Amino acid sequence: MIEGARWRRWVFFYVPVTAFVVALLFPFYWMVITTLRPDRELYRPWSAANYAPFWTANPTLEHIRALLTETLFSTWMLNTMLISLAATAISLFCGLLAGYALSRLKFPYAGLLGTAIFITYLVPQTLLFIPLADIIRNFKLGDSPWALILTYPTFLIPFCTWLLMGYFKSIPKELEECARIDGAPRWKAMVYIIFPVAIPGILSAGIFAFTLSWNEFIYALVFLSSPEQKTVPVGVTSELVRGDVFYWGELMAGALLGSIPVAFVYSFFVEYYVSGITGSVKG
Amino acid sequence: MARVAMRDLNKMYDEVHAVIDVNLEIRDQEFVVLVGPSGCGKTTTLRMVAGLESITGGQISIDEKVVNALPPMDRDIAMVFQNYALYPHMTVYDNMAFGLKMRKFDKAEIGRRVKEAADILGIQELLKRKPRQLSGGQRQRVALGRAIVRHPQVFLFDEPLSNLDAKLRVQMRVELKKLHERLGTTAIYVTHDQVEAMTLGDRVVVMRDGRVQQVGDPMELYNEPANRFVAGFIGSPAMNFASVRVAAENGTLWAESEDMRIKVPPRVAQRLARYTGKETTLGVRPEDLRIARDGDDRDLGFDVAIEVVERLGSEILLDVAAGATTMVASVEPTVTAKVHETTRLVINPERMHFFDNETEAAI
Amino acid sequence: MAPYGSAATVALRQEYVPAARRGPITRLLEDERRLAFCLMLPTMVLLALFIAYPFVNGILLAVTDTRVGVPGHFVGLDNFTKIWSDDIFHVAVWNTCLYTFVTTVFKLALGLWLALLLNRHFRGKAFMRAFILLPFIIPTVLSTFAWKWMFDPTFSVLNWLLFHVGIIKTRINWLGDPTMAMVSVIIVNVWRGVPFYAISLLAGLQTISPELHEAAAIDGARAWNRFRHVTWPLLLPVTLVIVLFSVIQTFADFQLVYVLTGGGPANATQLFATYAYQLGIGTGLLSQGAAISLAIFPILLLVVIVQLIYIRRTETL
Repeated sequence: MIEGARWRRWVFFYVPVTAFVVALLFPFYWMVITTLRPDRELYRPWSAANYAPFWTANPTLEHIRALLTETLFSTWMLNTMLISLAATAISLFCGLLAGYALSRLKFPYAGLLGTAIFITYLVPQTLLFIPLADIIRNFKLGDSPWALILTYPTFLIPFCTWLLMGYFKSIPKELEECARIDGAPRWKAMVYIIFPVAIPGILSAGIFAFTLSWNEFIYALVFLSSPEQKTVPVGVTSELVRGDVFYWGELMAGALLGSIPVAFVYSFFVEYYVSGITGSVKG
Repeated sequence: MARVAMRDLNKMYDEVHAVIDVNLEIRDQEFVVLVGPSGCGKTTTLRMVAGLESITGGQISIDEKVVNALPPMDRDIAMVFQNYALYPHMTVYDNMAFGLKMRKFDKAEIGRRVKEAADILGIQELLKRKPRQLSGGQRQRVALGRAIVRHPQVFLFDEPLSNLDAKLRVQMRVELKKLHERLGTTAIYVTHDQVEAMTLGDRVVVMRDGRVQQVGDPMELYNEPANRFVAGFIGSPAMNFASVRVAAENGTLWAESEDMRIKVPPRVAQRLARYTGKETTLGVRPEDLRIARDGDDRDLGFDVAIEVVERLGSEILLDVAAGATTMVASVEPTVTAKVHETTRLVINPERMHFFDNETEAAI
Repeated sequence: MAPYGSAATVALRQEYVPAARRGPITRLLEDERRLAFCLMLPTMVLLALFIAYPFVNGILLAVTDTRVGVPGHFVGLDNFTKIWSDDIFHVAVWNTCLYTFVTTVFKLALGLWLALLLNRHFRGKAFMRAFILLPFIIPTVLSTFAWKWMFDPTFSVLNWLLFHVGIIKTRINWLGDPTMAMVSVIIVNVWRGVPFYAISLLAGLQTISPELHEAAAIDGARAWNRFRHVTWPLLLPVTLVIVLFSVIQTFADFQLVYVLTGGGPANATQLFATYAYQLGIGTGLLSQGAAISLAIFPILLLVVIVQLIYIRRTETL
């Protein structure tokens, strides 16, 4: 704790921290409140006298109900879940193998390939989305989840590889050597000894990948067109707005429910997520 | 029958020639120790036998079969590492069973062998535990058990006792020796500790800078070191060295320096004769120096000033100085010597060693 | 512990164990190089197909006049000269640079402050850390919608707050006024990025041994000086890496602006990415869109190289 007078603690610590927390979490509070607020309360101008922003006297589940029954929201949730899980699985698979090769095997051009993978991580999606749209169409993958399942790994694999390389480097090489002397061929030593020991790293990478997939927007926006194929971010953006009218209640409900799976996964694995960030920054 | 033969073995890492022309024939059931300071190539040699390092030149054969190209899994060997290398995510039982599973043994046979090894090492109660729940000594036993279950042709040990505390190390040393007597498997053991080498090895290989300096049983190395390095490496406290000049006088040879004048005994004089007039190195072990008594041959002694007295209980170590030459003498605990006193030391004539100053070889 | 168990003498050496038979694939993969090749293959194939190939394709698109459904002919650098003289493109470049610069400065400052605050022991610290990361975890589009609602001119809770605290007299047109639109977009980006900076910098701070601070304090340094001479230099490598990633992401930002303002009003918040989208996908002028996307590349490359040089330099300290 901060030494010194009580007032110092308040001014230099409690007040700023509280301010940060409030500022960072307020929009979520607003999301929740709006979701539960009936329409008549919702569309009250702020200059009106009876504007009561911070609570509602008549909470309702109407927006949530409308969202789930009158829109394709549940389909979007399913799509997003499927795509995220599949993309994460592919990226973990590739990242595990590549990370192992780059950190524990000696082969020509290893350095070059490692750098190449790092560079692709720096290439933002907004640079590639136009030509990729063309390619997706040519491969006849347009408007299907495969368009995303195959393209998401392009930004997930480099990160997973990098993170897992860091984990692998911390595993002593004697473990593998012992396994090989025990009678295991190289690949079995990798699968039965090294991978199990790297499970914390695998979890970190997986959660990060899942979160990043869920968050992706531009590829989903460009490659998918029919409403049934859309993911949550795209669906909420395009289908919950009719003309110029924003259905804020449903929109916030969609935003809230759409965030829950990610927040849920995150809450169980916070430590792994944080170590994922810090590992990638230090590594 | 598991003989290991290394012929003209060489290993190059980029620019570094780590192992140079090693020739060694290890007999069946023999316990051979490779010993030397760090960087001498002993571990690299061991790893080449294991198949963990590629061989740049020469060949290694196990039982007449050249194994240069064989991966570790196909060589019938087992290795115990300095850091034990236990698989952290598996129980002790699974650790020991892993090698057998890899070689496709059936479950019943695996169970039998693991139990057998656990019995020998006294780790039956630990089978369900994970490595992190074990102490250092227990982990070492599990590592040993893992090697034993495979019934390999050769055991390889890479400084297995270095991570244990001093007391445990002595205990495990004894147990390893008993184990070898019981199992009789050929073993190659690498260490930097010459005490381990002397107590464990049937034969000891001293290495330095990639080359073999001498091969022989422990007493051979102790009594007849082939060169100055081996003489100074084996034995603790280390052998004393003094630079002396060989002078001839009236048919006897003398080893002289500013600080002493010692008569060279006839048996050594024969070999030393051609060094007359030249500088050589005299070597004498601390235990071969004693305080002079009446009746001692005056030509075998020299005067010293005592600088430090170290009482160990079983012996006393005297750090002495004869002019510019410093030596350590190991004397009986009953000696009443005091710091800053002068006294006279006598060398045992049977145990004088001389070394060529240029080649460092024993004369 | 008894050194040895029961008496059974093990007649080990009578049994000879033949080497297990291994399949041909196992044998093939035993070679280090071959194994590495097989392990790298899936990754290289995916990245080649969906990054290298599109990149090349993008260049090809940019030097033709392709439109959606209409194959194009080679036009050399026509597209680039077109966008060079395009006013909106200039605005987009300026906006992107401004946006990136301002948000990075604020994210760094606020993130650092928060990291310093969190770098103490207090009850609920782990809890706090978890909650603070939420803005970064929740999908950008969804949280941006919440902000959009908060910015709505008629229903804005922010206006209500500021009015009742007395800071403003009339409403702020957060998204309708060109200057305020840029401010709003910057606010949301900073809001989203501060947690990432804070957590990463916190990790960096925790690697600085407290003994260094104590030594400095004993030497007579006050808080600010301790920060300037001990904390900041040791934090620099981590900071540069974080800033590198953040700058790249922000430069190419799309989601936030797309949802919040769509690039308006009147291109006040138009960025590289949104403009490329508008031209390429919106109006179907694929080649021009591709040209804009590619125009990001040299600037991005420059930024990356400059930062990598800085990082290299601090690493050798």
